Amino acid sequence: MSMSKIVRAAADIIFVFILTFGFYIVAHGHLTPGGGFQGGAVIATGFVLLIAAYGSRALLDRFGKEWFRSSEALGLLVFIGTAFVALFLGATFFANWLANGGLIFGEAVAFGPNPGDLNTGGVIPIMNIAVGIEVLGALSLIVLYMLSGTEEGA
Amino acid sequence: MNGDFIIQNAPALLLAVPMLAAFATPLIGRLGSLARNIWVIAAMTLTSAIGLLLAYDVFTAGTVLYTFGALDPASALPLDSGGIPVRIIFTVDAMSAFMVIIAAISGFAVMLYMMASEAKGSGKDGFYALFLLLIVGILGMVCTGDIFNFFVFLEINSLAGAALVAYRVDKGVAVEAGLKYAVISTIGGLFVLFAIALLYGQYGALNMAVIASSMQYTGLDKIALVLFLSALAMKSGAVPMHFWTPDAYSMAPGSITALLVVASQASLYGVFRVVFTLYNVALDYAAVGWIIIILGVLSMFVGVTMALVQKDVKRLMAYHAVSQTGYMLLGVGVGLAVLGQQTAFDTFGFVAMEGGIFHILNHAMYKGLLFLTAGAIFYRTGTRSLNKLGGLGHSMKWTMIFFIIGALAIAGIPPFNGFASKLLIYESVFLFNPVLSIIAMVVSILTLASFVKVFHAIFMGPKQPQYSDVQEAPLPMLVGMAILAVITIAFGIAPGLVVDSIVAPAATALADQGGYIASVLGGL
Repeated sequence: MSMSKIVRAAADIIFVFILTFGFYIVAHGHLTPGGGFQGGAVIATGFVLLIAAYGSRALLDRFGKEWFRSSEALGLLVFIGTAFVALFLGATFFANWLANGGLIFGEAVAFGPNPGDLNTGGVIPIMNIAVGIEVLGALSLIVLYMLSGTEEGA
Repeated sequence: MNGDFIIQNAPALLLAVPMLAAFATPLIGRLGSLARNIWVIAAMTLTSAIGLLLAYDVFTAGTVLYTFGALDPASALPLDSGGIPVRIIFTVDAMSAFMVIIAAISGFAVMLYMMASEAKGSGKDGFYALFLLLIVGILGMVCTGDIFNFFVFLEINSLAGAALVAYRVDKGVAVEAGLKYAVISTIGGLFVLFAIALLYGQYGALNMAVIASSMQYTGLDKIALVLFLSALAMKSGAVPMHFWTPDAYSMAPGSITALLVVASQASLYGVFRVVFTLYNVALDYAAVGWIIIILGVLSMFVGVTMALVQKDVKRLMAYHAVSQTGYMLLGVGVGLAVLGQQTAFDTFGFVAMEGGIFHILNHAMYKGLLFLTAGAIFYRTGTRSLNKLGGLGHSMKWTMIFFIIGALAIAGIPPFNGFASKLLIYESVFLFNPVLSIIAMVVSILTLASFVKVFHAIFMGPKQPQYSDVQEAPLPMLVGMAILAVITIAFGIAPGLVVDSIVAPAATALADQGGYIASVLGGL
């Protein structure tokens, strides 16, 4: 069951902004308030908007529960995989092996007040992205499962 | 990967392996059920092996520290931190290692059992993932040296446990039990979180050793202690907060119930850890000791009297689990009550603590065994009602033998392990207060009476027509039960060896707050 054309057209436009905002919160998790969980939740609300506008059937035709389930598992595996890499580099579990290394997210943080460099933080942004991927899948799944208890979702 | 690598990182691998396995289980499950079963078996076996290796390391070489995120696991205090451990630190002392042994053995036996008992169920990807997460929660709770980290693992433990209780929907009854468990656990979790906030607000630290070393026992600390004790005693199923145990234990699949017993004992470990390590010297020993003793006596007595009237075999066993938790609280409570008086502690207090702690191990083995036999009976007959069961001794001989072993052990009959720990408790508590010891013995007799009834109702009598095609439980289930049964007997035959090698060090570590603080902060 889908809603009127006005709602669907508005949802199409707003969805892009919700996704952008969600990914912004995830990517800036190590600099500003927010992070993986909050950003993932924002992204999931984008999917909820699509469900509200087009109905869950239309969303499931495009993505399917397996898609969200994979996203959940992928996020968790990236998270723990990042922690594991530190072990094989000779440090302890969860050690920040990317920080100050000059590679991705590897810039040293400038001392004192600074505008915030996205390319810092080492593994922390990677963990945030992993949590974001996990949460967007898990929260969307929760909404889909809750819908399956209603007449429309059954 | 060499041995040094594993030993050096054992505390981290102990959690990382089951966690990685749990996260990957849904993906591995797509390759087919055989691949997934092999994956889960391998993960749990590896986890148990690491757990036992870590425990061996702790018992031979002393407390093991693991600082997460540092370059070197042992560097608890970064040079530029001013002597404050800023990172999450796992402090695995003898008491933690003791609990790790319990979780490793039970987890392994339950995993074998589960492979057969859940073979027909659906949704096994999630089931096995949650099982591994429950293991993570238990192991994390007993290993961590960080009070907030303890809360996180407590929540993992509660949520995984609640989901597993509700996993076999059973016309909604199991879901109700799971929801009850989830709500109760969440309330308990909030209590713990609030107590942590009270401590953090005062001392600005979350590391248990730091909080312990600066403990002032202010009014807020007393409130925090009450919150910790009530929440963790509730999670361990002590009367008067036991009401969730019969529902959760009876509705969960048999394999999960055996593990829920261990999960409850991780909360019991939390009670002991808070009282002995966080507070200890600041406490009024007699007052807090008696509170724990009274909780214990209430649990013993109310648990067993409620068990006597049950008609559902797993509900009955659940009330016995409440009752047996009382013994542990009684033993350790007596130890705490006389902790300040050196002569009394040396004559009987330490032995009482040994008895209480030994009983944790024994209880996990024989109660796990009993729940597994009950699960096997349910697996073959589809009912838990004592009024409907009967005459199964003809067809389920091995299950019957394992049930007898478990029942005699829980009733404290020699030569089974329940006798060994109960004798330690009787003798030492008698010197403290004879009335308590007599109550403990009466409860044991009632336990025996109750299990004689159950045994007769399930196994004795002529073969009944509706169970004519009932067969023995599948081999993996029998192997899982056999592991626990062999340990039940072995610990009963050679209790001295077990007490000297693992129980006494655990009791010493628990009573020695200074040693715990020194192991993290260095000799202060």
